[in-house]
Formats: sequence, structure tokens, C-alpha cells
Amino acid sequence: MTAILSMNQITKDFSGGVRALDGVSLEVERGHVHAICGENGAGKSTLMKVLSGVYPVGSYGGSITFENHETAYRSINDSEADGIVIIHQELALSPYLSIAENIFLGNEIATRGVVDWPKTNREATMLLARVGLDELPSTPVLELGVGKQQLVEIAKALSKQVKLLILDEPTAALNDEDSAHLLDLINSLRGQGITCIIISHKLKEIRRIADTVTIIRDGQTIETFEMKEADATEARIIRAMVGRDLDSMFPPHTPEIGDELFRVENWTVHHPVDTTRKVVDDASFSVRAGEIVGFAGLMGAGRTELAMSIFGRSYGSHISGTAFKEGKEISVKTVSEAIGHGIAYATEDRKHFGLNLIGSIAVNISAAALSKLSRFGIVDRFAENKVAEGYRGQMNIKTPNVSVLAGNLSGGNQQKVVLSKWMFSGPDILILDEPTRGIDVGAKYEIYGIINDLARQGKAVVVISSELPELLGLCDRIYAISEGTITGEVDRADATQERLMHLMTAGKD
Amino acid sequence: MSTTTPTRKLPKMRVDLRQYGILAALAVIVILFQVLTDGRLLLPGNLNNLIQQNAYVLILAVGMVIVIIAGHIDLSVGSVVAMVGAVAAISMSQWGLPWWAAVIISILLGAAVGAWQGFWVAFVGIPAFIVTLAGMLLFRGLTLVFLTGGTINALPGEFNAIGGGWLPELFGTIGEGRGSRDILTIVLGVLAVAMLITQQIRTRAKQRKLDLPVERSASFWIKNGVAAIVILALTFQLSAYRGTPIILIILAVLILLFTFVLNQTVFGRHVYAIGGNLFAAQMSGVKTSWINFFVFVNMGVLAGLAGVVTTARAGGAVASAGQSFELDAIAAVFIGGAAVTGGVGTVIGAVIGALIMGVLNMGLSILSVDAAWQQTIKGLVLLLAVAFDVMSKRRAGRR
Repeated sequence: MTAILSMNQITKDFSGGVRALDGVSLEVERGHVHAICGENGAGKSTLMKVLSGVYPVGSYGGSITFENHETAYRSINDSEADGIVIIHQELALSPYLSIAENIFLGNEIATRGVVDWPKTNREATMLLARVGLDELPSTPVLELGVGKQQLVEIAKALSKQVKLLILDEPTAALNDEDSAHLLDLINSLRGQGITCIIISHKLKEIRRIADTVTIIRDGQTIETFEMKEADATEARIIRAMVGRDLDSMFPPHTPEIGDELFRVENWTVHHPVDTTRKVVDDASFSVRAGEIVGFAGLMGAGRTELAMSIFGRSYGSHISGTAFKEGKEISVKTVSEAIGHGIAYATEDRKHFGLNLIGSIAVNISAAALSKLSRFGIVDRFAENKVAEGYRGQMNIKTPNVSVLAGNLSGGNQQKVVLSKWMFSGPDILILDEPTRGIDVGAKYEIYGIINDLARQGKAVVVISSELPELLGLCDRIYAISEGTITGEVDRADATQERLMHLMTAGKD
Repeated sequence: MSTTTPTRKLPKMRVDLRQYGILAALAVIVILFQVLTDGRLLLPGNLNNLIQQNAYVLILAVGMVIVIIAGHIDLSVGSVVAMVGAVAAISMSQWGLPWWAAVIISILLGAAVGAWQGFWVAFVGIPAFIVTLAGMLLFRGLTLVFLTGGTINALPGEFNAIGGGWLPELFGTIGEGRGSRDILTIVLGVLAVAMLITQQIRTRAKQRKLDLPVERSASFWIKNGVAAIVILALTFQLSAYRGTPIILIILAVLILLFTFVLNQTVFGRHVYAIGGNLFAAQMSGVKTSWINFFVFVNMGVLAGLAGVVTTARAGGAVASAGQSFELDAIAAVFIGGAAVTGGVGTVIGAVIGALIMGVLNMGLSILSVDAAWQQTIKGLVLLLAVAFDVMSKRRAGRR
């Protein structure tokens, strides 16, 4: 066996002193399916972007050898010319163009700028047969489900004479049937001599199709082993993925847990567009006063979807299930209703859903509870300023004053503004979705302190996170969620990263 | 306060240079034309015409800035102006209604038009560009239907005075004949200055009391001093013509009212929130559909009022009234610093934008520049104003 690709000691720094890759090495055998595993943020996607030229040569350290020559890709076009094609998690197809047009987009079969349609369609038909997609080449892509779109992407890759196909979490958005079909296809491509790198969280998949697996953690290669080895178990992968000590980065927290404050029963949510797909399936959970409850799940497991659908049906379709506050059933059909019942939801995506970036800090903090600051529809801006200044001090938001625009703050300070906004709405139940994503360690500590304070005040706090150490350090009880189903509930005392990772990757059998 | 913490300095309020940039542009243009026209631009008669001729843009711009802050656009206002004018004229000349009833009908009709368009935008989810483009055709068509008998003239004098009349000379005049000045106009100017200064001082006192950032004394007094002198000079100049145009009072009320609405009310807050980040507004419990609906109802009401003013000033209703008014209003709003993507904009900015366009019109007319060139110049001014805005934002982003 010979290596088709070897990446040696790759390092990549981002501005602000963040080291995303710290000497990663990777050796991929020709004709293998090579899986790359790691937690969110471990550096997998960055590594693939280095490989495919998204980060041009010179912007990273280390060397890459592909097909026995050292690469120097300046853009994704360079790597594609060499036969390296990456298929991203978010598909990049143009919805209104046909399958054939998408396959040859940017690579049209044309003479002197005039497209040869008969030839385009003939070639497309052949490619579709290779990927096992039974659709006419003239079908617009928007009429296809995600699974079929994925196949179109692969057909597009094949049209470029792909030698090394990189799939970034290809099955994250697929249902079981489409996933199985995709894995079969990857298998048959291997038979045709195409090498594959697959980034995946799903250990079952890896066991099914991968020849080799490399585990990356905190920007470093932890280990690489052959899946046919005797001790190549899921447990070994999990250990390598999480094997890091809990540092003392959590403020002390003594829980004072009271009665049940919030409960959700049999909550089921369907995908907003693909209404046949269940994104959350029959989830039930409860939170008590003063309790911090965690939700552990990998990206796409349905955590955010669960939270947003509870918060005024902000996500999904055909939502069913019941919510109870202090034992009484409540209706949470609109965001105002949810806020009225004392629920607050601080979103995962601050910039998109959480903040008005071109509004001042004061305006953002008052946004969810303007009625508290107004009489007869007239806002008392002096009182508003006073409130915002109060939170600036209390939450240690680093800014000269509260008339600064939210968009000019750092991630950590933006998150403090989001938390201030929801604290000011006076909630009983706070759902915090990835409260420390993209935030430096110092600010994280402060936010953990704030979360502890909220619990001490007797509020029920739900923390959704993909960082297991964070959940273990913060929460009194943790639910694990996988593929839309709550797969387990673990008390603080019994929780370990291995146990959670096992539940998070359990999946439906 | 400073006695307890003598070393502590309150943070100074940052000055919004962009707002002053537009104001400076207006000042430059005024001075430029004042020089080019040998001082004719600001003669009492021209000043009076500047106000009366541009009243419609100012009224429409006030509504349009709210529409644009919310992230929409309204292309139909010119047609609405024509239709409302037609109905107002018909109601007086054919149904024999008194002038005040015609005004009420006009405003209600404007509100109804706004509700119609707001319904499609807010509850059906059709982009405002499409809804109001349809409205532009629809209401222009209806105007032609209403005015099949041709133009309607000979409207009551009280009605015409709304657009082209003056307040009575309550306190008489200083001097006689050509050199006489209306005392009421001067009194109103002094009152306006007094109100401005007391309001500013009260705000400042309250900011101090609550330990909020306060503007530097020097810049505060210079700013208000300049504003006072400008107001006094303009009213003094106006008093030498025929007194205070009635429309000036209407405009002043609208500008103050809508500045208040946008800055101080929950509704105004929600408009900025929707334009700034629609999803974040929804996730904060803002009832975005209803806010969008009322933004259009409000635009309709103001378009109705603009219809009254335009018809009154013209002294009659014609089917071609209000042609391209929507473009004037939209241009004024963007020159005034509103963002194409929504979330940013002020009433006062839109007013200044409208005045820039008005002064350009007036100045170029006095210089008897060809109408074709006038339009060309206005087009370039709009482009440059927005380019300045985009580039200053990019510079701010790079920092």
C-alpha cells in the first residue's frame, strides 16, 4: 500500500492568537476510506480547508504531499485540478438550476462559450447512474431531498475526475435510509479506486465503512489506527476524542435544588421543510428550581431544535407535546407567550438570532422586556440607560458606555449582553444554547459564574453544549440527545465524558 | 455628584459625525447657491417657496424613513398622493362636503391604502417592493378612473390655504408695504428657539442627575447657539414675505411627532429592531407582523396628507399629480443616511436629505439650469451621498 496523501506537522493560526491546528499529521492510503474523528472545534474542518486550498499556501505551517509531489494550492480551484474535491456539510448547489447544470457548474461542457446541452445531459445521466440517483438530469435541484442533493454533489465531484473525495459530516442531515445509501456508495467508490476522507461523529458509520481512523483533539493528532485491529473499538475512539482532564476552570457551585419548575412531555418536532423527518422524537425532560440541567449532543442531534421549538415554536413543523410550569400545563405557541410564562432562550447563534448588531447595548438589553421600561407605549430612555448601565457593571461588560453598538463588542461581551437581555426579562426558566461558543477562557469563567448565580436565585437553567467538560463542570444533571431522541439521563455524580459520548453517539438501532 | 467623586470623569457622549456630515453638506450647498445666485436663494419669497414646494417630499420622507428603517420600501406613494387628491377634490366639488371633511376623508383613505398594502406585506409575506409596485399601478389607474371628467379645479379657499396659505397676521406688521414684516412669524421663531433651548437644558440636567454621559458644555452651547441663530434668521427672513406658511406648522408638528415616535416609543424601538435583525426581534417576542402592518398604515396616512397638501397647493386635482414623488422621498431618506438594508435612519436625517434636494432644485431653477441637467445633477448627488455612507461604514468596519 502506498500513501496518496501525507500531511506533515500542519499548523494554522488565526488572528487573535488562536491556534486551530498544532502540528497535525495525517497519512492516507490510496483506495482507503479514512475517517477523521474529533469533538466540535477540534480542528477537523480547518485541516480539510488547509488541504483543499481554502487557506492558501503560506497561511499555514507544515507540508502536504499529494500523489508524490508537494502541493502549493492557492485556491480551491488548484486542489480540484489535482483531483481533490471537498463536499461541505452545507451543500453548495444552486436550487433553481437543474441537476445537470449543477454538476457542470463552473466546468461547463462548451465550445467557444456555447454550452453543448446534449453532451451535458448525456454525461450527467452517466454520472447519475454511477452514484445511483434515479432522476432526470433536467430536474431542478430544489425538488430533491437533502439525501439526493448529496448524491448530486458526489456526481459533481466525479465529473472533476476526483481522486480524493472529502466528505464533511455527510450524513448529519440525512435520514437512516439516505445515510445507508450514501455509505454504500462510498463503499462502491472505494471499489473504483477513489480514496475517501470522511469526517464524522457517528461511530457506527465509521465502524461500518472506514479502513483507518485518525482522532484529532485540540488541534493535534491523538492517534491513527486501522479499524481491522482487534482493539479498534468505539470505546477507544471515544477515549481518544475526549481524553482531557477537567481543568479547574469552573467556579465552585453548591446546588440548592427545589421543586420541579418546568417539564416537557412527549415533545416531537418535524423538520420545517422536509416534514416527514422527525428532528426531535418524543422528548421528555424536567428541570427543578435552582437546578442546572445540561443537554449533551453532537451538532445536528436536535438540541437547538428542541429548545427553539419550545420557545414559541421558533423552529419546525407539526410540533406536538406538552409543556408544564410548576405542574400546570402552559401554552408556548408564540415567543411572547413563552416570555410571558417566564421562559428565556439565549440562542446559539448570537449574531443571527440574538442581537441587533447595529443597535446599542442598551437597546439590545431592553429588547425582550421593553414593557418594563415604558408607560403608554413611551419608553423611558433614562430608566433604560440606568438598567443597561447596571448590567454593564454587574456582568462586567467591557465597554466605555452602553450606547456602543453591540456589533463592536467581542464575542464574550456580546454573550454577556444576550444574557443581560434575558435576565432583565425576569425569567424563571433560562435555556442557554452554547453559552460559551467562540468565547475566550476568561470570559467563559465569568459566564459560568453568572449561570451559577442564576441557579442560586432559584431559577431553572438549561444549558445546551457540545463541550462535554463544560457540561460536566457546570451541570447538576445531564440529558444526552442523539438523532432527536433523548438517549439517557445522567446525574452529576455518575457522569463521565465516556459515558456521555457513548449516549450521544448511540443512535437508533 | 462630582463632590463625592471628584476624580471621576463622566464618559463624554460620542458625536454622530455622520449626521453632522449631512448637515454640513446642506450648509455647503446652501452657501454655494447663495453665492452662485448672488444672494437670491434665501430671499424671503424663495425661502417661502422652498418650504411650500417641498412640503410633500418632507411629509413623504418622514413616512418613508420609517418604512426603510423597517427594511421595506414604498413605491406607491406618488400614486396614492394623486388618488387621494382626486377623491378630496371630488368630495368637495361634487359631493359638496366642507373642506375639513375632505381632509378627514383623505387621511382615512390614505390609512385604508396603507392597511391594504400592509396586509400583503405583513401577513401574506409578499415583498414590499412588489406590493407597492403593484400599488403604484393600481392607485394611478384608480386616479384616472376617478378623474375621467378631467381635472377638478375651483376648490374652497380654506382647502387651498393648507398648501399655499399663511397664518393670519395676528399681531400686525412692523413697517408698511414692501418692507413690512409679520410679527407673528418672528414671535413663533423666538418661541421655537425658547422651546428648543429649555428642552435641551432639561435633558442635560436629567442626564447629569442620572449620572449618564453628557455632552461637553462648549459643544452643547455652540450647537444650540448655531441652531438658535439659524432659526431666528430664517424666521426673520420669512416674516418679510407673507408670514408663516400654514404648511410649516404642519411640518414642524410632524417632524417633532415622528422623531418622538421613533426615539421614545415602544413602536419606534420595534421598528429599529425589525430592521436591525428581524430574527433577533422575533426571538425577543416582538410581534413583527403587526409592526410591519402599522408601518404601512402610517405611510398611507402620511401619503394621504401629502395628497391633501399637493392638491391644495396646486389648487386642483389632476391625474398626473404626484408623479415620481416616491423617488424624491426615497432619495431624501437615503441622502439622510438611512441604510438600504434597514435598521438605520432618522427623521431629521430624512428631513435634511429632502432639504438638500429642495435647495438643489430651487438653486438650479434660479440659475435657470435646464430641467434635464437638474435631474442629472440630482441623480449624481444621490449616488455620491450613498457612496459616502457605504465607504464611511467600510472604514468603520476596518478599524
